[in-house]
Amino acid sequence: MNHPADVGSWLAEQERKELLRFITCGSVDDGKSTLIGRLLYETKQIFDDQLAALESDSKRHGTQGEQIDFALLVDGLSAEREQGITIDVAYRYFASEKRKFIVADTPGHEQYTRNMVTGASTADLAVLLVDARKGVLTQTRRHSYLAQLVGIRRFVLAVNKMDLVDYDCGRFEEICGDYGLFAERTGIADWLAIPLSGLAGDNVVDRSAATSWYDGPSLLEHLDSVQVDADADAQKPFRMPVQWVNRPNQDFRGFAGQIASGTVARGAEVRVLPSGRITRIERIVTADGDLEQVAAGQSVALTFADEIDCSRGDVIAAAPDPPEAADQFEATLVWMDEHELLPGRGYWLKIGSQTVTATIHEPKYEINVNTLDHLAAKTLGLNAIGVAEIATDREIVFEPYAAEGASPNRVLGGFILIDKLTNATVACGMLHFALRRALNIHRQHLDVGRETHAQIKGQKPAVLWFTGLSGAGKSTIANLVEKKLVTRGRHTFLLDGDNVRHGLNRDLGFTEADRIENIRRVGEVARLMADAGLIVLTAFISPFRAERHMVRRMVPEGEFLEIFVDTPLAEAEKRDAKGLYAKARAGELKNFTGIDSPYELPEAPEIHIDTTAMSAEEAADLIVEELLKRR
Amino acid sequence: MRQLTHLDRLEAESIFILRETVAEAAKPVMLYSIGKDSAVMLHLAKKAFFPGPLPFPLLHVDTTWKFQDMYALRDKVAADPAINLIIYKNPEAVERGINPFDHGPLHTDMWKTEGLKQALDTYGFDAAFGGARRDEEKSRAKERVFSFRDRNHRWDPKRQRPELWSLYNVKKNKGESMRVFPLSNWTELDVWQYILRERIEVVPLYFAAERPTVERDGLILMVDDERMRLEPGEEIVSRRVRFRTLGCYPLSGAVESDAASVEDIIAEMRASATSERQGRAIDRDTGSGSMEKKKQEGYF
Repeated sequence: MNHPADVGSWLAEQERKELLRFITCGSVDDGKSTLIGRLLYETKQIFDDQLAALESDSKRHGTQGEQIDFALLVDGLSAEREQGITIDVAYRYFASEKRKFIVADTPGHEQYTRNMVTGASTADLAVLLVDARKGVLTQTRRHSYLAQLVGIRRFVLAVNKMDLVDYDCGRFEEICGDYGLFAERTGIADWLAIPLSGLAGDNVVDRSAATSWYDGPSLLEHLDSVQVDADADAQKPFRMPVQWVNRPNQDFRGFAGQIASGTVARGAEVRVLPSGRITRIERIVTADGDLEQVAAGQSVALTFADEIDCSRGDVIAAAPDPPEAADQFEATLVWMDEHELLPGRGYWLKIGSQTVTATIHEPKYEINVNTLDHLAAKTLGLNAIGVAEIATDREIVFEPYAAEGASPNRVLGGFILIDKLTNATVACGMLHFALRRALNIHRQHLDVGRETHAQIKGQKPAVLWFTGLSGAGKSTIANLVEKKLVTRGRHTFLLDGDNVRHGLNRDLGFTEADRIENIRRVGEVARLMADAGLIVLTAFISPFRAERHMVRRMVPEGEFLEIFVDTPLAEAEKRDAKGLYAKARAGELKNFTGIDSPYELPEAPEIHIDTTAMSAEEAADLIVEELLKRR
Repeated sequence: MRQLTHLDRLEAESIFILRETVAEAAKPVMLYSIGKDSAVMLHLAKKAFFPGPLPFPLLHVDTTWKFQDMYALRDKVAADPAINLIIYKNPEAVERGINPFDHGPLHTDMWKTEGLKQALDTYGFDAAFGGARRDEEKSRAKERVFSFRDRNHRWDPKRQRPELWSLYNVKKNKGESMRVFPLSNWTELDVWQYILRERIEVVPLYFAAERPTVERDGLILMVDDERMRLEPGEEIVSRRVRFRTLGCYPLSGAVESDAASVEDIIAEMRASATSERQGRAIDRDTGSGSMEKKKQEGYF
């Protein structure tokens, strides 16, 4: 039995085999598990003992009488076997003479859309099962759409159960016609229909005599010959997210990661993002020795010629062609959790090796995956798909997920959202584009700068951000401060909460998401005015720490002064100048800060005004004094 | 530049998973069971963190009933000063003298399932690497790469986190943990091809040799030491056998074989007609679905 030479050549052949990852999707009764079982069986992936177990299982749970029920080979979990459905993504491995295959077997039930998206996220091709008796169903269209959404470009329409329609050519052509119309409308260009029977084995591995009118390949022949994009990523510009910094001693600092795209050679000039610093690759380190050049897919450790900052989450990229960094995006989201999306709430967003806090705006629309219509939506529930804007608390390095005519940018374009309390993965998403460019990259250069604006006014700009409960005295004190500043010849502008809501922000309500957007817009306006050289005063409750922090980061260091107008709730409620507390207590006003919506205390305000200890006049004097001290 | 082979891609993916865990987990550990999958996993870990040392210890949850050859290889691996190996034996199992002859399924439960939970709790490990592969068994085909376990180490198949792309959610609360499977996408053949390519040392029991054996319940068992109990009528016969999987010797079935090298094993696999877990008595304890049940209880 020992034939070393034979084994050697056989092994070399195995080594050269390409890998094709595909998903199979279909409705519950389309015979998907049977088809996969058949593929495994025919490519001899099923061993004798498994076959014996299968025969006994077939008699116990099977639906094929005395026949082998191939579906039992792949329906792994007891719960599934009892219910007769596939409820989770299963991965199968098999090989033909030409290729190795990883199959993501994904369930057909609508409530498990998230599993289909999961299976499709790593696949190059989708096999869509259609029951020849039923034809193209809503389900088929949904699966096509979902597969296309995550970047699959090649499709096989497996028209199954041909034995049950007497191998009727007319029926097959009718189904092809239906699917063709749909494919054209949704931009699916690369698809092939194959008439087959998983149960009887027609056109699965060998071409069947029963379909003599069909002259295309069998399913396996097609899977063996369809083009794979194995090195498509290597053709793109170089990117490597830094996973881990390898620093075993003082003499070695290697940046470990798997190359997402492109190639890099020793000596190449690279840019570290988001900092933008440039250096050269000194060594490409692996346990098998240093390499001269590496490409997409390889896990390596890189060392730099210069000592520059670089840590987990940074991206090392080709210096002449770096990706963008930004903190506001439009993205498609697939919601995967029972708890629906809460716009405005902070979620962890993980993309590549970067993890940041992200807030999602109210969706622009939800997509009806059956009709592809756009629907108005306030949120996204389990298995809903929609398009929304996302803001992150710091810049992330990214690329648009979909790449025209190329494989998707999975590593720097795909992300997941994680619930901060339960740690569940609640959604996945695909970035479209940045809504505004990050502050330190590719800024529009202005000839008249903010310094000039400030200089001709003879002052240093500032944003005086008054925060506190409704009725705390923010507007009263801010008005006094502005008067005092104007009498000293300062150029000022006061942005008041109520006034802004009558104009710029009149489209916003008082939900958490709207309040966040309200503050963001005010922050942007305040920043523009500060750029124009003004001392800007704002009086907004601004109850959330995260939003105050967001605005602080919009303006240059030292120009943002957070002024906490500290009035106890009981005192503010007692004053109740606008009668709002009474209404809130009566349940007429929802989301009222201090009553049924929280106020997060400032942790380190520049100025703290205790209104129970001083008058408004005294407070205003103190603030003016503090401001002028900072000049 | 050389085209990446299938093994190159598997290797790169496993290294990515190992690094991701070390970057995000507080206190990772590698479960080292001495078998071929553990050997491959350890080899990959050395590559992932090269030129540094392993940034985590190895943990062997010992049952005291492994083959002598396994203990010998384990001790050789542990002799490397760069490797920190923890050996854990469930004290209650030690005290009660739990063994595969008198205690049936309790043997695996107390030594392995309970022993593992105790070890992870005792040392406070929050991520444990295991060498399981999805192609091994039906219920494993649905296992995640990062498998979330609750405070009681339980696995709930309906509450596993979706895994998209190569984005792994490693977040967890105090007391919860992860089992991480860097070899998820490897097949048995891949493992052997890699052992051959990388010249990885494995326990000699994988290779055919004349060994003292008895036949019991359709399994060929090896008489590895004097603790082996013979049933009435059983006699020790020398057979040329090897093992496809290794565990406690009174529970590990051998196959008759002449495969004396890795190349022979691969050649044998091409012609082989039995799956790898076939020699494992524990998978069949409670009929079909037995592995799934063990996993829910916290077995690896």
